[in-house]
Amino acid sequence: MRRRVWIVVLAAPMIAAAVLLVSGTRGLAASAEQAQASSVEVKIDNFSFGPAALTVTVGTTVTWTNRDDIPHTVVSDDKVFKSKVLDTDEKFSFTFTKPGTYGYFCSIHPKMTGKVVVQ
Amino acid sequence: MTKNVKDEILHDHNQDGIDRRGFLKCMAWAGTGALCVMQGGVLKSYSLSRLSDLGGNAAAAGELSFVQISDSHMGFNKPANPDVAGTLKAAVDKINGLSAAPEFLLHTGDISHLSKPEEFDTVDQILKATGKEVFFVPGEHDVLNDDGAQFRERYGKAAKGAGWYSFEKKGVHFIGLVNVMNLKAGGLGTLGHEQLEWLEDDVKRLKSSTPIVVFAHIPLWTVYPDWGWGTEDSAQALAYLKKFGSVTVLNGHIHQTLQKVEGNVTFHTAASTAFPQPEPGKAPSPGPMKVPAEQLRSVLGITDVNYVRGQQALAVVDSSLA
Repeated sequence: MRRRVWIVVLAAPMIAAAVLLVSGTRGLAASAEQAQASSVEVKIDNFSFGPAALTVTVGTTVTWTNRDDIPHTVVSDDKVFKSKVLDTDEKFSFTFTKPGTYGYFCSIHPKMTGKVVVQ
Repeated sequence: MTKNVKDEILHDHNQDGIDRRGFLKCMAWAGTGALCVMQGGVLKSYSLSRLSDLGGNAAAAGELSFVQISDSHMGFNKPANPDVAGTLKAAVDKINGLSAAPEFLLHTGDISHLSKPEEFDTVDQILKATGKEVFFVPGEHDVLNDDGAQFRERYGKAAKGAGWYSFEKKGVHFIGLVNVMNLKAGGLGTLGHEQLEWLEDDVKRLKSSTPIVVFAHIPLWTVYPDWGWGTEDSAQALAYLKKFGSVTVLNGHIHQTLQKVEGNVTFHTAASTAFPQPEPGKAPSPGPMKVPAEQLRSVLGITDVNYVRGQQALAVVDSSLA
């Protein structure tokens, strides 16, 4: 019992050192992707994206769900992603693999805009 | 609210149309803005008479009569109207019952709900019962997923660009414009440079006495920008039409009748044949408005337009499906 505790105590600084090493070689994003790969939901309600602004880590998959009685689309300003038309309850997902700020809008109702910041 | 005014001339420019008193009254009612909002479609400074009377007079005068329909949204099946085919058929019955038979129909877009081939097919089938030629312009729901390729294949083979065109009927020059393509984030409807250049060229040769009818899906005047109810570059289009004594602009998109008169230009939006939308800013969003089933047909409708040679403005008459 006593021996196992020591291993954990010793191992912790080693992992920390390894993470520091990796991050020093531009690997922080990659490790974050593996450690925190996650999903985030955006609801389309009443002709608006909620939340309209999101901050996520690299590797995050964002899923938009249309909860309106009217079809919408999710189209990035720079054409990085573009959904087909989403009827009621239909979904669109996109996985962000590169950091940056991604503005997007509904190409049918362009007053509907949103933003995903990927860190 | 509209149930009491069905079959009445809501905006009659021929009989006492743009008389100065009526116009100013309208402006006063609208406040400082130039927007003339019809409460239930009725503008108080304009006289009301029966549609059938106008029909008789119009036929006697031997002028041009046509009908505008809009926003049939075939394929929509939500609570606001589970039977859009049924209400489109009711619109056709209404058209076929007009005492002055229209020469043709204009459809100002959102023919389909999701741009599906079977949705267009159904509308074509239902409209066939009018026996009339139909001129279409696309709404944003008609150009989903394919940048309007299917729409142009079906309705715009002779059209230019994204589907714009013009034609003449009995001395009236009709211009169908497309303002639902290439919409930009945060923006309104757009005509675009190429179409505007075409328009300038199209009207250059016409005499200023030629009556002009422009039809497009999204209003060519700013109804309510927060909901995208307007067209970014419509001012440029209207500048090309300044020399004409009579310009009538017919739009859809907002699923309610509104009218504005600005100089010699009369702007008009038609009701939908599918479902109503809220008045500008009167709801959190412009989504379909559910009304009690027995009231639905009173908030849907068709627009009958009559041109009498020698009279400046065209008579635009809305009638509900109730």
